[in-house]
Amino acid sequence: MKEFAYFPGCSLEKVGLSYHLSTVETTRKLGVDLKELEDWNCCGATTYFHVDELLAYTLCARNLAMAEKDNLDLVAPCSACYKNSYFTNKHLKEDPDLAEHINYALEEDNLNFSGQIEVKHLIEVFVHDVGLEEIRNNVSMPLEGLRVAPYYGCQILRPRKDHEDVEQAEFFEDLLSAIGAEPIPYPLKLKCCGGSLILSSREAALSMVRNLLQNAEDNGAEVIATACPMCQVNLECYQQQVNQEFGTRFSVPVVYFTQLMGLALGIPAKKLGIGKEIVAATPLAPYAR
Amino acid sequence: MAKPSFSDEIANLLHAGHGNPLRTCIQCGTCSGTCPVVEYMDHTPRRIIGMIRANLKDEVLASNTYWYCASCYHCTVRCPAQIDIAETMYALKRYSIWKHVHQEGLVGPVFSETFVKTILRSGRSFEPILATSYLFSSGARELIQEAFMGTKMMLKGRMPVLPPRIKRLDNFKRMVSRVIPLEADS
Repeated sequence: MKEFAYFPGCSLEKVGLSYHLSTVETTRKLGVDLKELEDWNCCGATTYFHVDELLAYTLCARNLAMAEKDNLDLVAPCSACYKNSYFTNKHLKEDPDLAEHINYALEEDNLNFSGQIEVKHLIEVFVHDVGLEEIRNNVSMPLEGLRVAPYYGCQILRPRKDHEDVEQAEFFEDLLSAIGAEPIPYPLKLKCCGGSLILSSREAALSMVRNLLQNAEDNGAEVIATACPMCQVNLECYQQQVNQEFGTRFSVPVVYFTQLMGLALGIPAKKLGIGKEIVAATPLAPYAR
Repeated sequence: MAKPSFSDEIANLLHAGHGNPLRTCIQCGTCSGTCPVVEYMDHTPRRIIGMIRANLKDEVLASNTYWYCASCYHCTVRCPAQIDIAETMYALKRYSIWKHVHQEGLVGPVFSETFVKTILRSGRSFEPILATSYLFSSGARELIQEAFMGTKMMLKGRMPVLPPRIKRLDNFKRMVSRVIPLEADS
C-alpha cells in the first residue's frame, strides 16, 4: 500500500469538490492511501508571494511540517498548491537560515520543518507511483472513442523542477490512453488559463480562456480534461461569459482527469462528482454507471 | 554609501528567483513572444526589463505590466539568459505594494491584499469574499456576472456559504505574528 499525506487545498472543499471526490475514489481503487493533513491551511495561490515572501514561505511550510510529522510525502491535486509546496520545500532545504527563521514561527504550532519529505502532484502519483500498467490492468470500462483534450495548464510543469521536459510533455496523453480514451492533439495544452487574472484582469483572462476553448474545439475535443481546480473553473464556469464577450457559442464540458479515470475504473458517476458541472458532461454518459 | 538604484533594488528583491540577474538580459524578446497576456500589457516584459535597467522607476511602477502577469512561468522556462522573469514580476508587485504605488483602477493589488487578509483571519480562502474585490473597481457589470455565476455554482453545491477556518487558528495567528509582528492581533 502506497501512503501519502494529502493536501486537498481550499478549492477542493467546494468549488472543486468533484476533484476531491474523484481523487479519493480513484486512489482508493488503485491501492493508494491518502491521509489528509489534519489541519492544513491555504497555500496562498499566487497572492501571498505578491505581498510578502517570508509570510508565503511560512504558511506553506506549516503544511509541509504536518506531513513530516507523519513521515509521508505530500501530494496535492491542485497545481498552485503543488507548485507553492514544492518550491517552498526546495528553497527551505537549500537555505538553512530561512528555514531556521521559519521554524521559529512554526514553534507556535508545535511544528518543525526539517526537509525530510518530497512534494508531488496527484497526476505524478498515478503516472509514476501507481504506474500506467497497473492503471490499465484495473480498467473495466475503457473510454473508447472519447476524444479528450489533455490540458496541462502551467504550474504542473513550470517553473522547471529537475530535468523534466517542460515543452513536450506527454504524460497526460499517456494516462488518457491507459484508460482507453483518445487524447487529441491540443497545441495550446501548456498555455495559461489566466489563473487569478479572471478576477483581477478579466478582459485578458477571458480572451485566454477563449483561445483554449477554440483550440480544443478546432481539434475535435468532446471534453477537456484538467488537473487543476483553477483551470477547471476558468474554462468551464466562465464559458458563458466568454460567449457573451466574444459572440462565440462554446459548450465544451471540462472535467477532472480523475473523473475520467474513475469512470474507466468502474466507479459510479455520482461518487465522482459527475453532475456538478455547469456545462453538462453529456459525452461521458455512455461510460457512466 | 550611495543609495542603490531602482535597478539594483529590484535585483535585490529576487529572493526566490535563482536565475541570472537582469543585467544579463540580451533583449531578445522571447519572453514577450511567449507571454499569453502581452497584448494587454502597457509594456512587454522585454521592454519592462529594459526600463528597469534604465532606472525608469516611475514609468515601470505606473505600468500595468507586472500586475497583468498570470504567473504562468512560460517566459521563465524559455529565457535563453536564464532570468527568472515571472519572479521579477512578483518582485515588482511586492515593491509596488510596499511603496503603495500602482496604476489607478487595477484590481490586482486590492485582490492580493484582500486574499492575504482573508487567510490571516481564518487560515483558508473563501471565494465569495474574493469576488468583492470588484467593489473597489468600476466593474459593476462584472460584479453582476460574478454574482450570477456564484449562484449557479451554489445550486450545484460548489460555492461555500460559510467561511471555512482551520482548527488551530490561535496557534496559526501567533505563528504569523512571529514573521509579521504587525498582524499580531488581526
